[in-house]
Amino acid sequence: MKDVKSKNATPGKQGGLNAEIQSRIGHQLRAMYDDVVRQGVPERFAELIRKLDASEPNPQLGTAGDKNDGRD
Amino acid sequence: MPLTDSLRDDILASVPSLRAFAISLSGNGDRADDLVQETLLRALANIDSFQPGSNLPAWLFTILRNLFRSDYRKRRREVEDADGSYAKTLKTQPAQSAHLEFEEFRAALDKLPQDQREALILVGASGFSYEDAAAICGCAVGTIKSRVNRARSKLSALLYVDGAEDFGPDETVRAVIGGNG
Repeated sequence: MKDVKSKNATPGKQGGLNAEIQSRIGHQLRAMYDDVVRQGVPERFAELIRKLDASEPNPQLGTAGDKNDGRD
Repeated sequence: MPLTDSLRDDILASVPSLRAFAISLSGNGDRADDLVQETLLRALANIDSFQPGSNLPAWLFTILRNLFRSDYRKRRREVEDADGSYAKTLKTQPAQSAHLEFEEFRAALDKLPQDQREALILVGASGFSYEDAAAICGCAVGTIKSRVNRARSKLSALLYVDGAEDFGPDETVRAVIGGNG
């Protein structure tokens, strides 16, 4: 059984969209998005940042080599 | 500014939402992760141009959005991989009926014009203000608002016009949505 509060609403008078539909769209959009957010940081990216952080010249990173000022 | 530990941690902390944005935009998990990777490389290569204290997520989202758009122009003539490719990227599959509803939603989202889709995702899912979303998309705040409104209208029409019995008289809903089309 559904609790459809807006059943008696008259959306036509508001010149907008049915609030219930809008709330459902918002919910689905966030559900889709948050599913991915909850996966966290895949190892691939954690490792990428770690590698770059080690201030080694990285062939993938174009200008990174320029920043190696011989500290190592 | 240089890549400090805290900046690096902040960038890493933005990765989950960057992925969500990329997947929402592209509908394709593999492509989305390539976009995120390219975004991170570009961000780190240009980290000196990041203004300390400014909005890091907005800066990263701007890079990703621009990469996606140039990528999209290159690929638009290729066959879209729109069926079920997003669902494969999920670790936990939604329950059966929710899954169907989810696929319908995903398909409807993919039918939106790109300008409207990105505006809706930035405001409705990423939680950016209209002002931040406008900065990310390089347009006026009013433009973002109208894109978000048009996106919502179109999604309503795509998803609920034919199944609007739950929401009230069909004709009313149809008239309202039709008027905004």
